[in-house]
Amino acid sequence: MMWVTIISASCGVLFTLLASIGLLRMPDVYLRSQTSTLAPTFGKIGVMIALAAHFGESDVTAKAVLTILFLFITAPIAAHLILRAAYRDRAPLAPVTVLDDYKSNS
Amino acid sequence: MGNELQFAGYGLIVLSVSIVMCAIRLRKGPTLADRVLALDLMATIIMGIFALYALKSGEKVYVDVVIVLALIAFTSTVVYARHIERDAARVGGLDDEDEIK
Repeated sequence: MMWVTIISASCGVLFTLLASIGLLRMPDVYLRSQTSTLAPTFGKIGVMIALAAHFGESDVTAKAVLTILFLFITAPIAAHLILRAAYRDRAPLAPVTVLDDYKSNS
Repeated sequence: MGNELQFAGYGLIVLSVSIVMCAIRLRKGPTLADRVLALDLMATIIMGIFALYALKSGEKVYVDVVIVLALIAFTSTVVYARHIERDAARVGGLDDEDEIK
């Protein structure tokens, strides 16, 4: 049980670190949201599995599963809203962008 | 047991480093959306910090803090997004009439 805790919690912490590195180094607000939304949402699974495995009680496990489900529902919604607002605010796209579907539709 | 506690301490150090990176992006983000993203990621990292602290201290109470922080982070991000969007519509950005569904 101890190794489950250590390995899954270290996965979670590493994904969170990668997310903040990506937030710091990506060239564009759209690419930044890619890393800062996907990676820590995945990392939270590891941390919550570590919590459930460490305590091994039913209420902590239920709360961990609830948190994971809630994050999986809300993280894409929040990223979508922020990016739509950024696009309408005419946030500049990175020079490496090759396709802007939203622009060709409107 | 002691191994786990030591590991949680290292994890807290790594999460503190990543929260400093978020603070740098919050300081120099070119647009307002960058800053909102940095705040959102900071809230997520603080959720991780509370979870690791629950591991380290053995208190189950901090798991509730993680759930409440997830709720507050989502709500604040939605409110900031509405604010940016309304502001953009006022100063001449795109709005609902510009879209083709």
